[in-house]
Amino acid sequence: MIPGSFNYHAPSSLDEAIKLLEDLGEDAKILAGGHSLIPMMKLRLAEPDHLVDINGLSDLDYIREDVGVLCIGAMARESALEKSELIAEKYPILKDTSEVIADPLVRNLATVGGNIAHGDPANDHPATMVALDAEVVVRGPGGLLDSGGRTIAIDDFFRGPLMTALAENEILTEIRVPCPNGKSGAAYKKLERKVGDYAIAGAAAVLNFDGDTCSKAGIALTNVGPTPVRASEAQDALVGTSVSQDDADKAGELAAAASQPVGDHRGSEEYKRAVVKVLTSRAIMKAKERAAGGN
Amino acid sequence: MATQSITLTINGESRTAEVEDRLLLVHLIRDNCALTGTHIGCDTTHCGACTVLLDGTAVKSCTVFAVQANGREVTTIEGMEGETLHPLQEGFMEEHGLQCGFCTPGMIMSSKHLLDHNPNPTEDEIRWGISGNLCRCTGYQNIVKAVQHASNKLQETTEEGGE
Ligand SMILES: Cc1cc2nc3c(=O)[nH]c(=O)nc-3n(C[C@H](O)[C@H](O)[C@H](O)COP(=O)(O)OP(=O)(O)OC[C@H]3O[C@@H](n4cnc5c(N)ncnc54)[C@H](O)[C@@H]3O)c2cc1C
Ligand code: FES
Ligand code: FES
Repeated sequence: MIPGSFNYHAPSSLDEAIKLLEDLGEDAKILAGGHSLIPMMKLRLAEPDHLVDINGLSDLDYIREDVGVLCIGAMARESALEKSELIAEKYPILKDTSEVIADPLVRNLATVGGNIAHGDPANDHPATMVALDAEVVVRGPGGLLDSGGRTIAIDDFFRGPLMTALAENEILTEIRVPCPNGKSGAAYKKLERKVGDYAIAGAAAVLNFDGDTCSKAGIALTNVGPTPVRASEAQDALVGTSVSQDDADKAGELAAAASQPVGDHRGSEEYKRAVVKVLTSRAIMKAKERAAGGN
Repeated sequence: MATQSITLTINGESRTAEVEDRLLLVHLIRDNCALTGTHIGCDTTHCGACTVLLDGTAVKSCTVFAVQANGREVTTIEGMEGETLHPLQEGFMEEHGLQCGFCTPGMIMSSKHLLDHNPNPTEDEIRWGISGNLCRCTGYQNIVKAVQHASNKLQETTEEGGE
């Protein structure tokens, strides 16, 4: 399968990339890892006239902590997240997530920024980032005084299937995740038919505790709606409890009720709701175990 | 038709080519360079038959544009053999790691990436490392043994070299 013709551009700086996107307008697309975009171009589901390859922007390839926040550069590869010691120690939910994305070869190129910017509800990072209350930093054209930067809360980012709050000439530059605060734990669970497949469903759970009582909960779901689904009622039901198995199961039921799956080759609507229920409960119990010091 | 002149190193040899922007790396390797060891199995980024090393990292060359390899180094299955077969090639032969052989070049390139980063992998780590490569014939058992063979052999040679 041969993609349609396009003109290739390889800027070497963020400013140059933004200028190109501004000049080329809506006919241009950003090329990051290319592992969502190139398959779509081969199927002619995407036929951009211009590709702006941002793989040369190595200053967007980082994973580091700043005061109170984990900063992931848009060009950090899934394989880097999977192997990072910082992530394994302090943010195991992100390791859970990157490890189940596609296969090792895809993860060598696929980027965290692309996974979010693509706006595919089947992608795994979106739900995790919703549960974590992340923020997305974007850069667009701007004058001297205005750097053209803005920060978007994750709940405002996903608008529909493959639709996000990004404007055509904006680049997602960074994802910011609040550092774990006090006693807390988080986990991601996904059910897939085989390695490399998108989720039948996935569930991310982030729990904060005050002593033995849950003080805050973030629950979000993969591939059971037009965007990642935040299960607000499940979150509310956990707050104030000790997060017993019963509490987790009840939250799982509320998450299943909040999900909006569509029956397809991965299973019927009913089956997917049952999967959401079980995965949510398991993610919650794993998050609790991690909050208590387990891994 | 947008074209670019690119220069890259394939298996240690510098090559310059005038390519269409949309040309996929796997087509550059197979058609322009006549290195047909790299296979196209699915063309949809699933099977891994097209796996090559790009600056030492295993990637599916059906999902990279040739222009993206400009100035970079590509290693294909043809680049594995030195004076003698590479221990991975030898392992696949000794342990019957192939039947039809269609997946083998990709399997070997993924395994090369794995052993470069983890010289002594467990069986689970090997299975994980080749999980982006599909084989319709072997049932994977002997592929795992082939990689173990190579891992042992490579470690013996490093130890000998170190003495
Ligand atoms: C076989 C296979 C299996 C897969 N399985 C999974 C899976 O199980 N789970 C999962 O989550 N993903 C999966 N993926 C998708 C993979 O993780 C993608 O690579 C990823 O979703 C997109 O990242 P990318 O860097 O490849 O982006 P690209 O494909 O380069 O880009 C995707 C889209 O986002 C835009 N974009 C990219 N980066 C930016 C940026 N910084 N700013 C603004 N816009 C940007 C592009 O213009 C494009 O529209 C799979 C892919 C394949 C090929
Ligand atoms: S041909 Fe590239 S992954 Fe199958
Ligand atoms: S040996 Fe035939 S596909 Fe693997």
